[in-house]
Amino acid sequence: MEAENQMQVDLGHLLAFDPYHHFPSPPKSREELVTQCLSEGTKLVQAVVDGLFNLTSTEALEGPLVKLPKPTTRLPREKHLPRPKPPTKWELFAKSKGIQKRKKNKVLWDEQTDSWKRSYGYDRVNDDADVPIIEAKMTDEPGGDPFAKRKEEKKKRVEKTEKNRLQNLKQAAKIGALPSHVQLAATALPITGTQAPPKKITKDELGSVAGLAATATASGGKFDKKVAGEKPVKHQGKHRKFLPAAEGSGMGNREKEQTDKVLNKLMAKNSHEILNVGKAVSMYNVKKQRDGRNQKGRSSFDSSSKLKPNGKPMKGDKKSPYQKSRKGGSHGGGSKKGKAE
Amino acid sequence: MMKINTPKKKRVLRELEKRAPKLVETGKKTLILQGLKTSNVLNSVLKEIYHLKRDSAVRYTRKNDNIRPFESGGETSLEFFSQKTDCSIFVYGNTSKKRPDNIIIGRTYDHQIYDLVEVGVENFKPMESFKYDKKLAPQVGSKPFITFAGEGFESIDELKHLKEVLLDLFRGEVVESLSLVGLDRVYVITAVSSDRVFLTHCAVRLKKSGSVVPRIELVEVGPSMDLVVRRHRLPNESLRKEAMRISTDGLKKKIKNVVGDSIQGKVGKIYMPDQKVSSSGILDRVVTYCQVLNTKLFW
Repeated sequence: MEAENQMQVDLGHLLAFDPYHHFPSPPKSREELVTQCLSEGTKLVQAVVDGLFNLTSTEALEGPLVKLPKPTTRLPREKHLPRPKPPTKWELFAKSKGIQKRKKNKVLWDEQTDSWKRSYGYDRVNDDADVPIIEAKMTDEPGGDPFAKRKEEKKKRVEKTEKNRLQNLKQAAKIGALPSHVQLAATALPITGTQAPPKKITKDELGSVAGLAATATASGGKFDKKVAGEKPVKHQGKHRKFLPAAEGSGMGNREKEQTDKVLNKLMAKNSHEILNVGKAVSMYNVKKQRDGRNQKGRSSFDSSSKLKPNGKPMKGDKKSPYQKSRKGGSHGGGSKKGKAE
Repeated sequence: MMKINTPKKKRVLRELEKRAPKLVETGKKTLILQGLKTSNVLNSVLKEIYHLKRDSAVRYTRKNDNIRPFESGGETSLEFFSQKTDCSIFVYGNTSKKRPDNIIIGRTYDHQIYDLVEVGVENFKPMESFKYDKKLAPQVGSKPFITFAGEGFESIDELKHLKEVLLDLFRGEVVESLSLVGLDRVYVITAVSSDRVFLTHCAVRLKKSGSVVPRIELVEVGPSMDLVVRRHRLPNESLRKEAMRISTDGLKKKIKNVVGDSIQGKVGKIYMPDQKVSSSGILDRVVTYCQVLNTKLFW
């Protein structure tokens, strides 16, 4: 039967398909199934090989080489078809004006060095920057630097070409035809609303913000889940030191010290003593030390104040012993400043 | 503010160009990965598929728990992997009570899921269990024959889809010319019933016959398994149309040194290499010949 003999052979894929095959009776065992399948497979491969070996072959080192025909079964692509690049701004302009491309030589003869030099790039012919002498024109203003001007012009030209190149690439990226080796990266976030640029947050500020958030929790942020690398929260403000609940041995010395301190403060506030002997003694000692130091540098202080145009005494001058004694005298009495804290 | 980033190294540039979309595509790379739970059978199935497709496959051995290709949100991981490894076919293996030894073969278009076929593996026989003469073993990377037999492949939707996917999976590199010496393997796929397909991998022996065409003998070497089609998802029409598009632009070849217009006709340029007339000694031979002629004439 002819219909049963037709097999679909696709040489491009080395594929053979028999759409008319069926098992006349269900195979009783696995081996039977396998042998039947293999025999069918042999027939199919034979059909493909028939087609293959009848193609024109060329001789290669290993053996005959055959040029495969195009496959007939169509399979879906894995990526989209490459999109053509949109014409650049210059190309559009050239087209509209009818400007043709001219072939330029890569090397040109350089008269000055008697050699062939590149027409662009490093060590090129007629480089703008190599000219040693620039003659002044009537339009030049005196005091202007023509070399610097040339450099600036070149810089502007380069910036302009870069800007145009970026615009061309953006156009290509819009339609998805960006060349495979180019990527456009955003360097700054777009400015929306007010024109102020986004404020840059320093590391310390960030740390303090995290600390502020930590204080909102009852445990002061001690058990909060931390990101990898985050340092523990630094407690800002007052640090209170508590004595240990049970002290090792002895009479609880630290507690005694604490209570003594408090007691002394209270007593001093309410006492009517004029002179605090201890404080007076230490103040006298300190004054004596400072006196000695001042005497050494006394003269320099005097002259320097005269040299200054404003005639103001220098900062160091304020430390005159007279002023100090005044200070010492008035406060030497009973009122103890005490620690305000 | 935008910045133009181009690769600073040639190696990176080459890799990027390999991944760029091409006019004519050569073979697809395969990604083989697994889900949360795999059985022994499934492990060896994935391993053997990886060995069969050695050079053009990537194998991930970690468990992935967020891949559910048939659900709408579960494809993001697969698409990400496809982008990273530049693979457009994936084979995802997973076992569950409802679907034991399950394999999902899927394809991507532009790194988005194109279509999926879910099959169960039964009666799996690994490569080691087949005994054969080692000289027949097929080489890695050789282009295989693929044969399909059965009416089911024509009439039943799922089997038709499976046929296309298996062809894509096994076909290897797309080449223009083939060496007839390197033909040594075949995938024999038979439709046993309306949902069951028998797949086996054999080595091909070319034996001498009377004519140019050799006689074929098949020897079972590779893994053999039964594939039971469970679910499948066809691509939607618009995506399918886009993926099947062929472009004819790039097929025109450039002919060098030939120009032509309607007045002159076709004009070509021939470049001759430098003929060193003086140094080859031809002139001496001409002179001698003339001398000989002279003497002969006036003899």
